[in-house]
Amino acid sequence: MLNASVAELSSALAAKRVSSVELTRLFLARTGALNGALNAFITVDPERSLAQARAADERRARGEAGALTGIPIAHKDIFCTRGLRTTCGSKMLADFVSPYDAHVIERFAAAGAVCLGKTNMDEFAMGSSSETSFFGPVRNPWDLRRVPGGSSGGSAAAVAARMAPAATGTDTGGSIRQPAAFTGISGLKPTYGLVSRYGMVAFASSLDQGGPLAKSAHDLGLLMNAMAGFDPRDSTSLERPAEDYTRDLNPSLAGLRIGLPREYFSEGVERAVLARVREAVAWFESQGAQTVEVDLPYTRLSIPVYYVLAPAEASSNLSRFDGVRYGHRAKEYDDLFDLYCRTRAEGFGAEVKRRILIGTYVLSHGYYDAYYLQAQRLRRLIAANFAAAFARCDLLMGPTAPSTAFALGARVRDPVQMYLSDIFTLAAPLAGVPALSVPCGFDSGGLPVGLQIVGDYFAEARMLGVAHRYQQATDWHLRVPGGAPL
Amino acid sequence: MSWETVVGIETHVQLATRSKIFSGASTAFGAAPNVQASAVDVALPGVLPVLNRTAVEFALRLGLAVGAAINRRSVFARKNYFYPDLPKGYQISQYEAPIVQGGVLRIVLRDARGETEKAIRITRAHLEEDAGKSLHEDFHGMSGIDLNRAGTPLLEIVSEPDLRGAQEAVAYARALHSLVRWIGICDGNMQEGSFRCDANVSVRRAGDERLGTRCEIKNLNSFRFLERAIEYEAKRQIAILEDGGQVVQETRLYDAERGETRPMRTKEDAHDYRYFPDPDLLPLVLREEDIERTRAALPELPDAMRERFAREYGLSAYDAALLTGDRETAAFFERTVQLTSAVAGAPAAAGAELGSAGLAKLAANWLNGELAARLNAAELGIAASPVAPEALSQLLARILDRTLNSKTAKDVFAALWSGEGAVDEIIERRGLKQISDAAAIERLVEEVLAANPRQVADYRAGRDKAFHSLVGQVMKASRGKANPAQVNEILRRRLSG
Repeated sequence: MLNASVAELSSALAAKRVSSVELTRLFLARTGALNGALNAFITVDPERSLAQARAADERRARGEAGALTGIPIAHKDIFCTRGLRTTCGSKMLADFVSPYDAHVIERFAAAGAVCLGKTNMDEFAMGSSSETSFFGPVRNPWDLRRVPGGSSGGSAAAVAARMAPAATGTDTGGSIRQPAAFTGISGLKPTYGLVSRYGMVAFASSLDQGGPLAKSAHDLGLLMNAMAGFDPRDSTSLERPAEDYTRDLNPSLAGLRIGLPREYFSEGVERAVLARVREAVAWFESQGAQTVEVDLPYTRLSIPVYYVLAPAEASSNLSRFDGVRYGHRAKEYDDLFDLYCRTRAEGFGAEVKRRILIGTYVLSHGYYDAYYLQAQRLRRLIAANFAAAFARCDLLMGPTAPSTAFALGARVRDPVQMYLSDIFTLAAPLAGVPALSVPCGFDSGGLPVGLQIVGDYFAEARMLGVAHRYQQATDWHLRVPGGAPL
Repeated sequence: MSWETVVGIETHVQLATRSKIFSGASTAFGAAPNVQASAVDVALPGVLPVLNRTAVEFALRLGLAVGAAINRRSVFARKNYFYPDLPKGYQISQYEAPIVQGGVLRIVLRDARGETEKAIRITRAHLEEDAGKSLHEDFHGMSGIDLNRAGTPLLEIVSEPDLRGAQEAVAYARALHSLVRWIGICDGNMQEGSFRCDANVSVRRAGDERLGTRCEIKNLNSFRFLERAIEYEAKRQIAILEDGGQVVQETRLYDAERGETRPMRTKEDAHDYRYFPDPDLLPLVLREEDIERTRAALPELPDAMRERFAREYGLSAYDAALLTGDRETAAFFERTVQLTSAVAGAPAAAGAELGSAGLAKLAANWLNGELAARLNAAELGIAASPVAPEALSQLLARILDRTLNSKTAKDVFAALWSGEGAVDEIIERRGLKQISDAAAIERLVEEVLAANPRQVADYRAGRDKAFHSLVGQVMKASRGKANPAQVNEILRRRLSG
C-alpha cells in the first residue's frame, strides 16, 4: 500500500479492499516513524486527518465517492488551512492559524481527499534546498546528509519516503520540479493561472503557481483534476472549461517533435545528469520521436531576471507581516518604527531578509528602470524564446537541475551558487508555460536525476501523457529509497 | 506690488459602491470597528484583490462627464509604505496609467463686475483604495486600528493649477461636489469624509509666468476650511517672499481650530513609494461598448443643463448655475415652471409685463430666494421641502394673475411652509386677495389724501419723499392688498391734478 500509486489506491478504495481510515492510519504511522529523521512535516494532526478519513469513508458508503475520495494528501505549509496552523516555514507565522481555506484546500476537501498534514519548506518558499525553514532543514530520503531540493522539499521528501501518496507544492522558480528531481519523484508546475493562488501565501505573485508532487505522471494528472479550475477570487485565474488531465495518457510518440535546448545541454551540468537525460531522450527517439535542437538564448539571463522580479514582488508581498494584526510581534519596542524593525528582524530569516532588501533596492527611485523595467523587458524576450521554440517542436526536454541533490549546508553560505542551481527551472515560470520533472535514473552515488519536460501553454495533458508513456517503459519512478531508517 | 495665488486641487471622492473596491465587504459608514473588514481588507496571508466593476463604471461616468480621455488600458500599481492602518503595507492605486486623463470642469464666478465662466482643466482621475483609521484617543498609551474604511473605493481627481485664489478654488470644489452627486457616484457627505480636498497653493507676482514653490495642504473637509486654508497659506507665503525668504516645498496640515496651516513633512522626508504594477491584478481593459453604454446612461449634465436653462428660460448664468447645483433642485425648478405654466396658461418665458423677467425667472427667484433661505434655515434638502412644486406653482400663478403682490405672496408662502393648506384656501381664509379694483383704490387714495394734507403740500413743494410716504399710507389702509402699481399710478394722477 505504501508504494501504491494514487490511481491504485483509488481502485483499492473503490473495491473496498481498504478504507480511508486504514490508509490514513498507515501513512500517519509512517510519518510518525520517519519525520524525526526527515523533518518533512511541520504540522501533523492525526485526529483531524482521521476525522476526514471517516467522513470520506461515509461518503463512499453513500456512493458519492470520486477518484480522490479518501486519498491522504500532504499539503505544503504555504496553503492556508482553516483551523490548522499555516507557518510558511517562518517564525513570523509560527503560530498563525488561518480563518479560511485556500482554494486548493477547498478543492481537495470537495473531492473528499484527506489532509495528512502540512509539509516543511524554505521560509516563504525562498530557497532551493528546504534549509531556510524556521523549523529546521528537510533531509533527502535518498541520503540524509543531502538536501531534498526546495522550496517544496518537505512535500517531495514525504512522497519519496512514502509518508504520503502525493502532495501539493508551489513553484515560483522551480520549487516543485527541482525537489521532485532531487528526490526521484514526479512534479508538475502548471500553466500560470490554472491553479488559483487564493489562500496560497504569496512569494512572487506573477510567478507563483501551485501544482502536484506524486510518484507518477498519471497521479499528477489525477491531482490536477482536483487542483485546477477557475476561481473568481484570484484575478489571474483563467476561466476555461474543466479539463481531464488524464485524458491523453497514451499518446503516440511517433513523430513527436522533441526540442533539445542547446543551453540545457551545456558545460556546468553534471556528467551523470547529462548522461541520464540523453538516455531518456534516446528512449523517446527509439519510439519514433524526432529530436530537434532549439535555442533559448535568454535562458542564461533568466537568473538575473528572476532574481530581480521575484524579490521585487516579494518585498511588497511580505510587507503585511508587520506585527500589527497577526503573526509574530516583538515583545519589546520603543515606538511604531521600532515595532516594525524588531518584529521583522526577529520574524524573518536571513534569506527572506536578503530578498526583501534586493527587492526594495530594485524598486527604488533611480534603480527601477535599470533593474525592474529591464527585467520585465527580458522576461518578455524569454517568453518569446519559448514561442519561437514551440513553432519548431511539440515540447522541450532537458535536465531539471544541473546537479543531483547537494550536501546539506554546502550552498547556504553562497547564495549565488544556490541561485545557479535554478538555471533550468526559472524560465518556465517567467514565461508562464507548464513544465514537469520525472525521474530518469541515478548518478553514481545513487541519487536521482530528473528529466524536465516543458510544454506550451495548456499542454499539460499531452506532457503528462508523454511522461506516462516513459514511465510505462521504465521503473525509475518506482524506485524507493532504502537506507536507514527507511 | 500685487500677488496672484495659484491653486490646484486634488479631491478624494469616495465612490458610492455597496462593497469595497477589492473585496466584498460593505462600505456603509458608522459600523462598529472592524466588523466591515474582510480577510482581504485585513490582508491575511494568501488573500487576493478582485476589482469591483461598479467602481470602474463610476470612474468612467466622471471621465465622460468632464469630457476626458478614457484610457482603454489602465494599470493598478502598488504604492509601498508602512503604516498600521495600511494592512498590506501597500496601497493599490493607479499610477502611470490612470483610467481618466484630461477633461474640463466649468465654473461660474460672480463678483462686482458681473458673471464669468471659467474652464478648469482636469489632469487625471484614478481609482484607488482608502486606508483604515488609526484611533489614538480611546486607548491609553496605545492606538486602535479600525479597518472598516480600508479598501473603500476612491476616485482621486486632480486639477491643473488653473485656479486663481480661494474663491475660484471653492467654486471648483463646489462644482465638482455637485457633479459627483449629479452623476450618482458619491454621496457628497463631507463630514463622513466622502469628499475630501487637498490644495496645492503657490503665489507669484502678478504678471509672472512661472509658478512659485507650492505647498500641499491636507485635510480640508469643508468648503469653508478650503477657503480659509488657501487664504491663510497665500498670506503666509507672500509674507515669506516679501521678507526676502523662500517658500519651502512641503505638505502642510490645516488646523481648523487655529485657522492656520502647519508643516507635516517636507519634500526631503518624502517616501520612496516604490510603485510597480500590482501582479495580482491584470491591466484594466475597457471595451468600447462598456464606454458607450455608460455614456448613454449618463443624465443631462449640469453644464449642458445650465446652458439650456439660460437659453430656454432666459436666466442669468448665475441663476442657472444655482438651479443646477444638484439634480433635485434642477428637477424641482423644471417641474415648478411646467406646472405654473399649465396653471397660468402661459408659456414659461411669458409674463414679461412683470418686468424683464418671465415666469421662469419668477420661479428661479423663488427657488433661489425664499425657498433656499427657508431650506437652509431648516437644514433641509430640497427633496424634503414642505412646499412642493405643486404648491409653489399655485403660488406663482397667483402672483402672475395679480391676486398676490410680493408681500402677500411671502405671507402665503410662510403659511404653505407651515402646512396651512392649499394656496387658494390660504388666500381666501386670510383675505389676502390683491385689490386691483380701480374704484376701490381710488376711494382709499382719496381717504389718505384727505387725512394727510401736510404730505400733499410737501410733495407739491417738490419733496419726493412725501410721495413714498403716501404710497405707504394707502398700502397700509388696504392692509397690504392693494396692487402697488395701481396705487402708484392713481396717486400720481391725483396729485398732479
